[in-house]
Amino acid sequence: MDTPLTPTAGNDAGPPSEPRYEQLSGLPAEPLTAGQLRELYSLMVAVRHLDASAIAWQRQGLIPGYAPELGQEAAQVGSGYAVDTARDFVFPTYREMGVARAMGVDMVAYMSTHKATWHGGLYDPQESRLAPIQAVVGGSVLHAVGWAHGQTLSRPADGTLGVAMTYFGDGASSQGDVHEAMNFAAVMKAPVVFFVQNNGWAISVPTERQVAGGSVAARAAGYGIPALRIDGNDVVAVVEATRRAFAHCRAGNGPALIEAMTYRRGPHSTSDDPGRYRSLNEERDDAGEDPLERFRRRLLADGVADEAFFAEALAAAKSEEEEIRAGVQALGSRPGSEMFDLVFQETTPALQAQAANWREESEHV
Amino acid sequence: MSNAILESEAAMADGTPNHGVEQLSMQQALNRALDEVLAGNPKALIFGEDCGRLGGVFRITDGLQAKYGTGRVFDTPLAESGILGMSVGLAMAGFHPIPEVQFDGFAYPAINQIVCQIARMNYRSRGTMPMPVTLRVPSFGGIRAPEHHGESLEALFAHVPGLKVVSPSNPHEAYHLLKYAATRPDPVIFMEPKSRYWQKGGVNFDSADGSDSPAGDSPTGANVMRAGRHVTLVAWGAMVARCLQVAELAAEDGIDVEVLDLRWLKPIDEAALVASVRKTRRAVVVHEAPLTSGLGAEVAQLVTQGCFDTLKAPVERITGFDVPYPSGDLEDEYIPNIDRILFGIQRVLEYRRG
Repeated sequence: MDTPLTPTAGNDAGPPSEPRYEQLSGLPAEPLTAGQLRELYSLMVAVRHLDASAIAWQRQGLIPGYAPELGQEAAQVGSGYAVDTARDFVFPTYREMGVARAMGVDMVAYMSTHKATWHGGLYDPQESRLAPIQAVVGGSVLHAVGWAHGQTLSRPADGTLGVAMTYFGDGASSQGDVHEAMNFAAVMKAPVVFFVQNNGWAISVPTERQVAGGSVAARAAGYGIPALRIDGNDVVAVVEATRRAFAHCRAGNGPALIEAMTYRRGPHSTSDDPGRYRSLNEERDDAGEDPLERFRRRLLADGVADEAFFAEALAAAKSEEEEIRAGVQALGSRPGSEMFDLVFQETTPALQAQAANWREESEHV
Repeated sequence: MSNAILESEAAMADGTPNHGVEQLSMQQALNRALDEVLAGNPKALIFGEDCGRLGGVFRITDGLQAKYGTGRVFDTPLAESGILGMSVGLAMAGFHPIPEVQFDGFAYPAINQIVCQIARMNYRSRGTMPMPVTLRVPSFGGIRAPEHHGESLEALFAHVPGLKVVSPSNPHEAYHLLKYAATRPDPVIFMEPKSRYWQKGGVNFDSADGSDSPAGDSPTGANVMRAGRHVTLVAWGAMVARCLQVAELAAEDGIDVEVLDLRWLKPIDEAALVASVRKTRRAVVVHEAPLTSGLGAEVAQLVTQGCFDTLKAPVERITGFDVPYPSGDLEDEYIPNIDRILFGIQRVLEYRRG
């Protein structure tokens, strides 16, 4: 009897490999300065604190729901930090609070989507260089390709391109749109950085039940796209890889992919119950070291920061959260007329008639 | 080829706009419109499957890549969701995408991008990211084509908040409506009646307002294509020509039929619809799409609401059936034909209350 065939590569997502930078054209960026390292730490603490607070806000009834990013601070802050908001554009999912914060987006306007004020958030996406929050898994990956191709079509005289960075996860990698996006981008040589946060879980389904072959980065080879599989919990590695990928795209070499291996330490959302699909022991074993604690030890060991700095960063994070919380609390409902006014640039008679009916029958003054 | 066409083609080649009246097929008229849109707006882009070198499977984009280059008119990989998803990003970057879905039935794979993204991005972004996407969809049946090449999707698209839907019925309308649609700041689904691509008709280039149509004076709203006193036939796309034929036949029996070309399926020109039926007091709506929850139901409701006191009979719907669009051999059994429309007219004329 023949021996049954066994796959050569396991389904286990496995550890990140050493990033293969030789695939990318362009030189490495300058190493991060001590000031930049401290800035990254401050951002990560601010994000960690705001994230934890947002869960508390939900429990207290301030917001109806939230999708935490606990454990993904290094992947999000590190990649968002590499964006040049003067010329690049970022396409988030619903779990990119850390990216938004690192890019300097107005966080009250960002968090408003979780207060159910407006789907997509109240921030100005064009000014923020961050597309509206996207609820369809994998829904905005193709938008990044279109935006990036637009940069190619209107390439400035100096030849350097604005770059689109699109975020998605191991779960979204199953979506057909993600395949279409990677293929389109490669065929058109569009300047897109595909930033995959492989956080181990798509709600309750683990990566090994989601990603055949075990690696999203491995798929990039099939499209001829250079890919880096990196330790997404090492913020310095994330900044370095993202900058290299941006340089590659900016010079007109086409797209690049980064698969940042990380771990969703929290629930999928405030209505999720991870106890139904993973045990606390499994969480502890699989999550690895906390990215924030790891970075703190490194800064200490390298003499870049001391305990006084960490205390200061935490205090700043707390006062920032208080300010954001006050802002979110103060957010009123949008006027109902916006339901009608923002559908089209040029409204229709039917919509005007419906708005008039609504006004007449709903505004009991 | 007529001298007028030769002259006009020479004029287009050196950049002079079209003028006068020409006999053109709808395919030629659409091609002229796209040519002018590209010339007039450097941010306008045409792309889709086989749109570039081939000029599209129906040749609607014929010659445009040669004239405007591969940056403005280009082929994409064969993936409809990709084409429409890419349109969103291009619109965000300030372009006016004019994508093509090669056949109606292949809009289905792109539904997420059309419904969840293109239709909603202006709203989601609070008006900061308009979606001036003009999606050309060769539509409806009648050409003995394979499966998914004869679908009528107007009710599906009209139901989606954030989309506008239009369908031209003849070359003149095709030229002016496409030029208008492709300069709007909102997404427009432009449904081209593929069975009418090769029929010729007069296109008056000088009347950007469409004033050589019987009552049309604007690229918005409905058009009375034939005035009548006894019954209004409401139609769009390829069914308009069929209804005009029906009107001629009915006239032989002394029945004076008004034919209203709805043109815009969203927004529907309620005022024109109600004005016509208040006059004729009877309405028959004709469409190729299946009956149940088809756009005929919307038209019937608007007529009932606006003309209840004057209506002589319930609104009749002569439509396709609630079946998957059939093979070519059965196509003529499915699409409303002259006899079925005449029976519908007879029913509303013979209707008696009580």
